[in-house]
Amino acid sequence: MQKNWWKILASVLILYSVIAGFLFEVPRLPILHESIRNLYFHVPMWFTMIVLYLISVIYSIKYLSSGDEKHDLIAVEMVNTGIVFGFLGLVTGMIWANFTWGSPWPNDPKLNSAAIATLMYMAYIVLRGSMDEEQKRAKISAVYNVFAFPVMLVLLFILPRMTDSLHPGNGGNPGFNSYDLDSQMRLVFYPAVIGWILIGVWIANMRYRTRLIEINS
Amino acid sequence: MSLYQQVRALLYKEIVLEWRSRYALNGILLYVVSTIFVCYLSFRGLQAVTWNALFWIIMLFASINAVTKSFVQESRGRQLYFYTIASAQAIILTKIIYNVFLLFLLAVLALFFYGIVFTNPVGDPALYLLAVVLGSISFASVFTLISSIASKASNSSALMAILSFPVIIPLLILLIKLSKNAMDGLDRASSYNEIAVLLAINLIVITVSLLLFPYLWRD
Repeated sequence: MQKNWWKILASVLILYSVIAGFLFEVPRLPILHESIRNLYFHVPMWFTMIVLYLISVIYSIKYLSSGDEKHDLIAVEMVNTGIVFGFLGLVTGMIWANFTWGSPWPNDPKLNSAAIATLMYMAYIVLRGSMDEEQKRAKISAVYNVFAFPVMLVLLFILPRMTDSLHPGNGGNPGFNSYDLDSQMRLVFYPAVIGWILIGVWIANMRYRTRLIEINS
Repeated sequence: MSLYQQVRALLYKEIVLEWRSRYALNGILLYVVSTIFVCYLSFRGLQAVTWNALFWIIMLFASINAVTKSFVQESRGRQLYFYTIASAQAIILTKIIYNVFLLFLLAVLALFFYGIVFTNPVGDPALYLLAVVLGSISFASVFTLISSIASKASNSSALMAILSFPVIIPLLILLIKLSKNAMDGLDRASSYNEIAVLLAINLIVITVSLLLFPYLWRD
């Protein structure tokens, strides 16, 4: 029970954000209208993905210094779960874009960057598949993971800011915070972010433990 | 031996080896020239934007082909020998420096031939050349470590493309933007941003390569 409090917290927060996200008052803005509620689902997916990839890189570095097989397993399961959240982020974003920007894939730097980042981690999975020997696979994929991460950060956080983008916070557009994320929305948005991050870590954790059982039996 | 002496000796060895069996060098030069000619025969005339993009796409594929062999061509025995006499940092640094020169040579030759078949006025040739230099450095720094990763796995040439494309795309976007600015002859101050970000990414990539390569070769 003492160990599991964060899982209960995650479930409560998600449940709260879904109910409150659909029922609470939201500001009426032109173009966005009710679709602004997607903020509670679309943005947390990306935050979760980044957190999972970050944990994965930390464990890849740990693997390189320790050579402990468990660290490699954690790194790969974090990436596996992160890719799922990346796809969910793309899908929720495409639905949103279809209603507000007129097409599911407008030529927007942030969309393209997100797609490329997803490709990068799928390449990581392919690289793992191409080697049979466990230690070699763990070491080489850890090296690629550490190598790709800084480039992904540039891709997601620096490049979109240098060009015009439809997303808030890019190309001179102010971020959501400064004008339209009012305090009412914050009450739902922040719990949603924390809840989804915890759920992501939980899923990855379960996958890791399943793998551990498979290996030991 | 200090790192500097090691790098110098290894660089000398790379150049001598390349010069003795010129077939790799000639092969890659012929590759880029025939690619340009194929493009010429299929496009005939090009608009300015397409001209720039096509040049970088040709360079991307030629560079991947040129760099892939840097770890694959050496036999296991010879690699083992290098590893006993030189440090890992010296080896990766040598490969990166050598690939920068190789790709620069390739790019200049490609640009010359490309300019002959597709005539296109470039507003600021000096800045365009700077873009080519930065492009050679970027391609070399990214592809060198990835080619050493790919060489460890089976089916390395397919893996090389899969692993390197997502990593090179951000750099390629910046390069295309920078060279487009040079082509339009815009004020140089408007390109400082791109140059700074490109240099910063290269610095990060080379540092990470130096840190990671020791884990790769001990195998």
